[in-house]
Amino acid sequence: MKNISIRDLSITLGEARILHDIGFDVRAGECFGLVGESGSGKSTILRCMSLLMKTWEGRVTIGGQDVRQMPLVERCRTMQMVFQDPYGSLHPRQSVRTVLSEPLRIHGLDDRDGRMERAMTEVGLPTAFLDRYPHQLSGGQRQRVAIARALILEPDVLLLDEPTSALDVSVQAEILNLLADLRERRGFTYVMVSHDLAVVDHMCDRFAVMQKGRLVEVLGRGALTGVPGEEAKDPYARELIDASIAYDRAM
Amino acid sequence: MDTILDIQNLTVHYRGSPAPAVRGVSFQLGRERLGIVGESGSGKSTVGRAILKLLPSADITADKMQFQDTDLLALPEKRMLEVRGKRISMILQDPKFSLNPIRKVGDQVAEAWRVHMKCSAAEAKAKALQMLSAVAIRDVERVYDLYPHQVSGGMGQRIMIAMMLLTEPELVIADEPTSALDVTVRMQVLSILDGLVRDRGIGLVVISHDLNLVRNFCDRVLIMYAGRVVETLKASELDRAQHPYTRGLLAAQPRIGGPRQPLPVLQRRPEWAEEART
Repeated sequence: MKNISIRDLSITLGEARILHDIGFDVRAGECFGLVGESGSGKSTILRCMSLLMKTWEGRVTIGGQDVRQMPLVERCRTMQMVFQDPYGSLHPRQSVRTVLSEPLRIHGLDDRDGRMERAMTEVGLPTAFLDRYPHQLSGGQRQRVAIARALILEPDVLLLDEPTSALDVSVQAEILNLLADLRERRGFTYVMVSHDLAVVDHMCDRFAVMQKGRLVEVLGRGALTGVPGEEAKDPYARELIDASIAYDRAM
Repeated sequence: MDTILDIQNLTVHYRGSPAPAVRGVSFQLGRERLGIVGESGSGKSTVGRAILKLLPSADITADKMQFQDTDLLALPEKRMLEVRGKRISMILQDPKFSLNPIRKVGDQVAEAWRVHMKCSAAEAKAKALQMLSAVAIRDVERVYDLYPHQVSGGMGQRIMIAMMLLTEPELVIADEPTSALDVTVRMQVLSILDGLVRDRGIGLVVISHDLNLVRNFCDRVLIMYAGRVVETLKASELDRAQHPYTRGLLAAQPRIGGPRQPLPVLQRRPEWAEEART
């Protein structure tokens, strides 16, 4: 289990600042949520952490190690990402076996078949599905494959970028259960981006509210359930929470 | 209740696919708000499009498709043009894709009026400005001259609503009207749509995968599964749903402040696709 620490994470493009001095800590084994409206910069934080975006300033450490100092191979085996849309994140002409074996080949790992079978079992798919192509899978099964791909290098940290927002609620339930179960069994640290506070409440103990590239407040789960003393202080965070509760509770 | 739309035994079969996408759907709509919910692939959007006959690649059959005094089933395409966008209009999911990116939004709203009414450009513009302020847009003169990329998602969707309600339709079909919007603006857009529809006595069909949305904004709900209507309920009685599919959908939804046990996963049964309750 590894903790995450982010300090003074900023992006400046010319005159424009995209992210403003983001800083937060995620405890080892915690599921930490990032919420906010579209364009607020929540996915961008994940892209910076994973160095899919490199033009940022600041410091991101995982288990005490600076991500910029980690060699590529080590970085990939420390953190992996699951993307929003399994229809877009899997190559349409690669079988599940090809998708899962590529990281193993790159990292020169042995026992490839055994590892692939374990990853498939771990995400609740039959091993016979290794020879299927994405179009032969349902949306939920595809997202399971994307999670298996993230697991296969046995990372410590999973970055989840809206992992269920492209899925129906019944399928979302399966994927959320799977993610909760994996965290319990394998002790992953999650950073989860979501626009749905009901999902965040279900999965996370703490979450950060983002607005226009700024982190406005880090809150505990009590801010959603109305625990006295834990209410949001920032007006935008309050507005977001109130709107979500009103929507969730029906009028 | 005076009936605006009467659909009996609607079946839609996309040419080249082995089974029909919608089978034997019947419902009546008065001056009310009807929700159609279901998962992706359940045929809910197909029903919406079939009402407007927007499915050139499908065969639509029905015992009856009566809209006010018009028989939609028998209406030739040329006459459908007088219905679409004038008497029945449709609000789509994402304003980013449903507005023309290279034309001013105001002109696009005015065009909806000019296509259906004989009038001068100035009159149409005046009409459009009036409608834009009805959807709670401030500073309408400035917004009129903006291009779609210059407006936010919530404003874009309000512009779409203005465009669709401008011609005073009798029926509005909203297909996932707020799925592309953030929670904070979602309620606002919905209440604007709701207010206009009520004030003008328009019939509204809301197609959505979101049970919370239909519960909040509809009077009655049809639940679709595999091309069929499995249950019809009053929105206020959604919690008392009988059908195991509806109950499964409700249970699978995480709720704020809910228990953090594993969510109940829907167990699908093949017989749901066969039975039809209306």
